[in-house]
Amino acid sequence: MDDEKMLPQASVTILEEQTGLTLIELCRACAVRADSIVELVDEGVLTPLGREPHRWRFTGVHLRRATVALRLRRDLGLNLAGAALALQLLDEVEALRERLRVLGAL
Amino acid sequence: MEFKDYYAIMGVARDATQDEIKRAYRQLARKYHPDVSKVPDAESRFKELGEAYAVLKDLEKRAAYDQLGSNWKAGQDFRPPPGGSAGFEFSDGPSGEAEDSDFSDFFASLYGRRAHGGHRTGGGFHARGQDHHARVQIDLEDAYTGATRSLVLQMPEVDGQGRVHLRKHTLNVSIPRGIRAGQHIRLAGQGMPGVGQGPAGDLYLEVEFSPHPHYRVEQRDVYFDLRVAPWEAALGAQVEVPTPSGAVEVKVPPNAVAGRKLRLKGRGIPGSTPGDFYAVLQIALPPADSEAARAFYTEMAKQFQFFDPRSVAGV
Repeated sequence: MDDEKMLPQASVTILEEQTGLTLIELCRACAVRADSIVELVDEGVLTPLGREPHRWRFTGVHLRRATVALRLRRDLGLNLAGAALALQLLDEVEALRERLRVLGAL
Repeated sequence: MEFKDYYAIMGVARDATQDEIKRAYRQLARKYHPDVSKVPDAESRFKELGEAYAVLKDLEKRAAYDQLGSNWKAGQDFRPPPGGSAGFEFSDGPSGEAEDSDFSDFFASLYGRRAHGGHRTGGGFHARGQDHHARVQIDLEDAYTGATRSLVLQMPEVDGQGRVHLRKHTLNVSIPRGIRAGQHIRLAGQGMPGVGQGPAGDLYLEVEFSPHPHYRVEQRDVYFDLRVAPWEAALGAQVEVPTPSGAVEVKVPPNAVAGRKLRLKGRGIPGSTPGDFYAVLQIALPPADSEAARAFYTEMAKQFQFFDPRSVAGV
């Protein structure tokens, strides 16, 4: 590649090590409007720190859950409750897989 | 470019109804959705499916595709008819489905590509570019030392004629020491370019560890199966344990049992509160594959005739 030499070196932040993402930052990271995120909090999919929406603080784990929930809704036509159930079941599957791995069965 | 058989991808007949197509899409989408599926090539299957559905669910696009005829085979070299899909008007509304920019060249040759974020650059319209998400796989060892990875990203770019091309773009990312699986790295300004004078979006990378043949990772802690000989477990021993940050001498206490965890404090994934490294004892038996070895085991059985390994199980 001709531009190999001038590869940009990007500045890096680990999200989880920060104090937390605000509602606005999470919306930006997921490219959605605030009401899509508020819905997920109301459904119990996301559990941010802080009482009121403007005080909410999200973590990188929330970012991951939010993107998965939004993708499932969009791609599989799930409603809110369906996406929440799918996420919960996916968590359980993941926990079971992890136990199998620890037991050496995977 | 290769011809794509959208009907075969969706597993429907060429005369399938729109309802059948929708049903097939939903079924396959549940099966191959990358967030749900553990099928190894789920991501590419899902992408292909999204493309096929984008064409077949849309009566205009489907008609244009059908007009190519049914003699084409998947993978056959395809040259678009002159004028592309001339004669067809595509009334694309906001689709909200998978992004067109991910679709194949075959799709683009028939239907063109839509620009991202609109290309109303002239009228003083400025908007921040979209954020990009990607996943990066690193080795556990990289989390101990930090590492640099070059990523190849595809960025849609608008040329002079307003057509959109995918441009490959390589980026060096330094993976910070102490990163753990499931964490995200934000690269400011490395997402989609902004519109007008809008700033570029950010690039989000989700980190995952490539599976390791010897180590298991739980949060910050690293587990390793340490195999010891029966006499080492019984009498105690000084053994060498390979940790990702180098070999360490470990003392196995006398009368150690299998499953016992020996903790090496702070030898897990580094950080402000570093994780721990656990050597989990496994007792490896020498095989009884010679006359002498069998005789020795028989001797052992005599020596330990009152030892009942199942006594704890209460049988």
